[in-house]
Amino acid sequence: MCGTCGCGDGETKIEAASVNGANGARHGDAHGDHDHDHDGHHHHDHTHSHAHEHTHENGVTHSHPHTHHHTHDHEHGEGHDHGEGDHHDHGHGHAHSHGGGDHHHEHGVEHDHSHSHGHGHSHEHDHKARVVKIEQDVLSKNDAFARENRARFARDGILALNLVSSPGSGKTTLLVGSIERLKADVPVAVIEGDQQTTNDAERIRATGAPAIQINTGKGCHLDAHMTGHAADHLAPGKGAVLFIENVGNLVCPAMFDLGEEARVVLCSVTEGEDKPLKYPDMFRTSHLMLITKVDLLPHLDFDVEALAANARAINPRIKILRVSAKTGEGMEAWAGWLRAQRTLALTGLETSGV
Amino acid sequence: MHEMALAQGVVRILEEQAAAQHYSRVRVVRLEIGPLATVEPQALRFCFDAATRGTIAENAALDIVETAAVAWCFACGESVIIKERSGTCPSCGSFQLQVTGGDELRIRELEVD
Repeated sequence: MCGTCGCGDGETKIEAASVNGANGARHGDAHGDHDHDHDGHHHHDHTHSHAHEHTHENGVTHSHPHTHHHTHDHEHGEGHDHGEGDHHDHGHGHAHSHGGGDHHHEHGVEHDHSHSHGHGHSHEHDHKARVVKIEQDVLSKNDAFARENRARFARDGILALNLVSSPGSGKTTLLVGSIERLKADVPVAVIEGDQQTTNDAERIRATGAPAIQINTGKGCHLDAHMTGHAADHLAPGKGAVLFIENVGNLVCPAMFDLGEEARVVLCSVTEGEDKPLKYPDMFRTSHLMLITKVDLLPHLDFDVEALAANARAINPRIKILRVSAKTGEGMEAWAGWLRAQRTLALTGLETSGV
Repeated sequence: MHEMALAQGVVRILEEQAAAQHYSRVRVVRLEIGPLATVEPQALRFCFDAATRGTIAENAALDIVETAAVAWCFACGESVIIKERSGTCPSCGSFQLQVTGGDELRIRELEVD
């Protein structure tokens, strides 16, 4: 089971196909020997199987292959609460009746041994559960992967950007237009996240830029683990701009750091001016808001200033640009922002001495 | 529905901790959730029941401890309890607040066998 995103087993797929752009020959079938649909993600908490032998207290010795992830200790050291308040701990071994030697339970899956407790006292008591302090953030796993990604992007001078928006705000169209403006002198690579289809990655590849599609299946967002994995496949060169187009969703992706340098939120003029107020977490954590499809403004009663004011109410530091990928309006300013960010990322590359 | 992802994240931590902490069954999970954590406790409960099925935490109770959202008010010069991130100081009405706590999403402790 993947614990980081919402998909069940076998749901997330990172495209196995070549990531090359239309004109690229890089990679070819280098990945042909392993198709990366991984049956879900590539879990770091591996369950590994191996056979080993163990002897039960009833003298039955058997060896069987089993998958790990079980604590197979039959030691009951817990305090029993006897109602009167006196606790006494007693470790007791107990005999398992395994129904003879024909014992083929599947380890790793919870299994019930029916065992008889040989307590030497007959009064009733409740088992008192032991309390274990954990103090662990639920997102700690994702955050650790995000840190790894960030360190690796910094080392390679890669500018990684997490593009988030509602579905249909124009992320992919914006990317196609952005790649056209950058590709002459800036290497660009794209990770595309969608529940289903490789349509978006194909649109990106048509520009000549390498792209890889992650299908999250039932998942509603990309996480840092998938992102790292996709980046492995894509292998953007040093100094590249890596666009990560998140699943169209203004809620869930807000919680998941991918290791990006900046989060760019898109809001199109066909949406409501109050989007930042309705989905504050996404706008609060974004560095730049692109107001997209501004070519449609003459046909709409949309108040751009109200949208900007709402975004700033949530996030006073947010930068705002107006763009139309269709007419090109504002696209040079956006490309300028990208180049400035990339210059900073390249500074990291120089100082790391690579 | 990122609550499903979070519930599965909880289960994974429980399974990882099982070996280290020597337990084979989880009876209660005590989870701290801050009001700014962008988590809907009811949705998380629903997902928790689904995510724990067939695991060491099957039928475990989810005990949600709601923590307070705290901010430092520059005007008052003290910590105040706030209701939402973009609010004002409840005692002086100032907007000059720095949120210092309330986005927790943390497993505090477990009751285990």
